[in-house]
Amino acid sequence: MKTATPGTGAAKERTGPFTTISGRPIEALYTPKDIASLDYDRDLANPGAFPYTRGIHPTGYRGKLWTMRQFAGFGTPEETNERYTQLLEAGGTGLSVAFDLPTLMGRDPDHELSLGEVGKCGVNVTSLADMETLFEGIDLAGITTSMTINSPASMIFAMYLVVAEQQGASWPSLSGTIQNDILKEFIAQKEYIYPPRPSMRLITDVFSFCAANVPRWNTISVSGYHIREAGATAAQELAFTLRDGVEYVQYGVDAGLDVDEFSPRLSFFFNSHSDFFEEIAKYRAARRIWAHVMRDRFKARDPRSWQLRFHAQTAGVSLTAQQPYNNVVRTALQAMAAVLGGAQSLHTNSLDEALALPTADAATLALRTQQIIAYETGVANIVDPLGGSYFIEKLTRDLEEETLAHFDTIDRMGGMVEAIEKGYPQREIANSAYRFQQSVEQREKLVVGVNDFVAENEGPIGILYIDESASARQLEKLDRLRKTRDNGRVRRALDALKAGARGTANTMPLLVDAVRAYATVGEMCDALRQVWGEYEETPII
Amino acid sequence: MPQKIRVVIAKPGLDGHDRGAKVIARALRDAGMEVIYTGLRQTPEQIVAAALQEDADAIGLSILSGAHMHICPRLMELLREKGLQDVLVVVGGIIPDVDIPKLNAMGIRGVFLPGTPMQEIVDFINRSARARVGI
Repeated sequence: MKTATPGTGAAKERTGPFTTISGRPIEALYTPKDIASLDYDRDLANPGAFPYTRGIHPTGYRGKLWTMRQFAGFGTPEETNERYTQLLEAGGTGLSVAFDLPTLMGRDPDHELSLGEVGKCGVNVTSLADMETLFEGIDLAGITTSMTINSPASMIFAMYLVVAEQQGASWPSLSGTIQNDILKEFIAQKEYIYPPRPSMRLITDVFSFCAANVPRWNTISVSGYHIREAGATAAQELAFTLRDGVEYVQYGVDAGLDVDEFSPRLSFFFNSHSDFFEEIAKYRAARRIWAHVMRDRFKARDPRSWQLRFHAQTAGVSLTAQQPYNNVVRTALQAMAAVLGGAQSLHTNSLDEALALPTADAATLALRTQQIIAYETGVANIVDPLGGSYFIEKLTRDLEEETLAHFDTIDRMGGMVEAIEKGYPQREIANSAYRFQQSVEQREKLVVGVNDFVAENEGPIGILYIDESASARQLEKLDRLRKTRDNGRVRRALDALKAGARGTANTMPLLVDAVRAYATVGEMCDALRQVWGEYEETPII
Repeated sequence: MPQKIRVVIAKPGLDGHDRGAKVIARALRDAGMEVIYTGLRQTPEQIVAAALQEDADAIGLSILSGAHMHICPRLMELLREKGLQDVLVVVGGIIPDVDIPKLNAMGIRGVFLPGTPMQEIVDFINRSARARVGI
């Protein structure tokens, strides 16, 4: 539909294309005709009512602001503990642990592939001793902790449980999240260890263990963030993430769990990218789709199973190494989209993250950005302020329809595990990534400071430089640990773990025992590698 | 008919973020080069073996994890050992400014940071790898 701009005669437009960052064509104007098929009570409803398009809480942020959860971790557990203490003193309201690559890949610091990686992208945690240091002086009963860990999620979670117990905090009192989302690792971030099926078993083991022992813990954070960062469009992010969610629920049900027993503890994690309205519509569509999936496909009866809760993080991939101060503005606008979309918690990136891990000052500024949105802009006074906008409602509907079409394709393949084995989401994402890069090269999409408005002679900014001392200290601690712990007890615990993995025992209690014996992440992961083997992908360019 | 430039694109280290490596691999292929993508988690030894086996004119490394100051010296040493010192080596990823001169000094001729146009990398490889293949 083309509508002339009032009073200007023939409508003159800039040279297009007028598309979202995902390449979706956008009209100049939306009117009631675009949302004629929507029924308020059926499709939108008030916040707190099915299908939760407008939000899961009746009072939105008037009841409780989102959790300002800044992802942090680097070097040794001692250094990261210091950063956490500082973030909590600056008014942060939850912790979010970034682990280094050896920890994420289930390798000890002395493994060949850990060379140069210890403490670089996050904190190194090798054994329970490191976890004790990481949370020293932090009351685990009084905060919520999110841990970005996937393949070794069960091992790290077991460590957290034991540290909490040492502090005197009961497991049922603990609240927080482990990412524990292996499907998006196969699809996008590629931090997998085991093949898909045993990986899914580890996850359903956590579902049932937590339902019985740690009922307030979010057992999984089904993540679109990495899918988007890998190059997916908004619709692909939404579709693959929610279809991953469907897969987890299906596996839980197939493992014999009652859908309402574990589904309320599923949470989601989305990217908050630069295309403002498309992102807001994405979150609204996500809630509506999930509510229908849970009620209609899985016949869940508990409304908490229907409600999609999500964490958002601003788009790392949008940050530029050029003119890095521009990243503050990008991040603020992206954060605003997440808030207008009703995020339960939010991480804002730091301005220097296209160059390195953030400095303490840059991390503080990122937190201040959220505080300014929360306390100065007034947006937290009202629930779903854009609800009813012709444009937003039309976009929400369009994203929903695209997502359901992807669901059909994946269902026809037999499910998400099968789709991954066929390389379907991987190929779709690689194509989108290449298309976007071409549109930047051809200057259809402008990136300020990169392909236009380029500055000559930019001065360098101070960045965090992580040297090799973390690696040396972690190696030294590991050496000492292996000499002082009861190695017979470690061996027995690992043998029990392997026996359990060969059979059908829940792996969680076995991992808790191994953790108590101070078995390392690498040793626990190796024990399961011996039983299940390792996954190798066929790369798709 | 000029011979095609042969490029090995590799992801060393533990990191799995392969968007950049894959986009570059495709851009080089579209620019007429022969591209061999090694896949993830390659040791310097495996990358050099691939370069030798594929008779590569250039190696492109994608490193975002901060491990470049470990991986690159080892790779350059292995190339020298195998007599492959004339193979063009370029690195792309998250590389602090202070490390760029150090990487250049060890023989890495191109270092490309986030936001680099693909065409710039294509041109650089075309220009720098040509001398060796003699086309």
